[in-house]
Amino acid sequence: MVGVKVGILYSRIRKDEKLLLSELRDRGHEVTKIDVRKHQFSLDGTTAPVEGLDIVVDRCLSTSRSLYATQFLDAYGVTVVNGPETADVCADKAKNSLALAKAGVPTPKTDVTFTKESAMQSIEKFGYPCVLKPVVGSWGRLMAKIDSESAAEAILEHKATLGHYEHKVFYIQEFVEKPGRDIRVLATDGEPVAAMVRSSDHWLTNAAKGATVEPFELDDRALELVEKASAAVGGGLLGVDLMETGVVSDDKSEASQTESGVDYTVHEVNHTVEFKALNDAVGDDVDVPGKVVDWLESKAAESADKEAEVSA
Amino acid sequence: MTEAECVECGGDVALSDDLETGEIIDCGTCGAELEVIDVNPPVLDRAPELEEDWGE
Repeated sequence: MVGVKVGILYSRIRKDEKLLLSELRDRGHEVTKIDVRKHQFSLDGTTAPVEGLDIVVDRCLSTSRSLYATQFLDAYGVTVVNGPETADVCADKAKNSLALAKAGVPTPKTDVTFTKESAMQSIEKFGYPCVLKPVVGSWGRLMAKIDSESAAEAILEHKATLGHYEHKVFYIQEFVEKPGRDIRVLATDGEPVAAMVRSSDHWLTNAAKGATVEPFELDDRALELVEKASAAVGGGLLGVDLMETGVVSDDKSEASQTESGVDYTVHEVNHTVEFKALNDAVGDDVDVPGKVVDWLESKAAESADKEAEVSA
Repeated sequence: MTEAECVECGGDVALSDDLETGEIIDCGTCGAELEVIDVNPPVLDRAPELEEDWGE
């Protein structure tokens, strides 16, 4: 594909962004790095150099910056991936859970409550252990596995007293007995680029928490769920997280059963997905940044076609 | 491979050839996290502290 003018929104260049930058430049694309900390986003325009870009990729490390910057760029008519609607759903665990449930994607049972008292009622309903998560957060931070009533009371008290207002939105979830690992799938509009399992002795299996990673072959059921989960949040370059939930019960359709008898629950979809651990896990078997850039090129071409239609 | 001065301890920090503005590197002497402010010539500053909304 001929040179595409690509903007990268960022406030920190991680190894993920370096992989992306390197692939884009190797293919002869013109890359403009946009540090969102240095710019103003006004109602009628921005100091950010987005003029003339074919596509902008949101790689903001900060969720709040990602949410606002993508909204403003979208308002200026700039093609931005992932789009603001996807960012909005994925950035908030409650919205994420609602979108998955609405699309019929199996996801852990979840309650949202606004007071300690109602949170305790939910916790008692789920039983011990259950999980308390911040609605906005990543890398396994501030996640609590609650093993007892006294632990629940202490955590809720701390959150209600010390936390930002978002911590007073209690997001409570059933504890899923996963086999010491979960699955991360990097997907572009529902099409998997690569997948890995993240294993740990700890209940949190985030790569950022030091889980070990290995490549993973997706079966038909997992492929189906990745596609549905991606569509549920509006599509894009996404990290879909699944947990294995054991043998499929008899009342489920044949289509949902896998050869191994394992089914899945999708606990999260991430919109500024990191892929360095996945890239290391799959090694030379999959060109992860290459496939991501293939997809970006196709999105840029799609956007150019739409513009041509409008101006015709 | 070039070098720059750590703003925390004054030690020399080795820089890779594919250095990028916005990248974070660790000072090998004091362990400080440093942000690359510019690459030509290389300029380093203390990296921002981790914020609650950072992640993916």
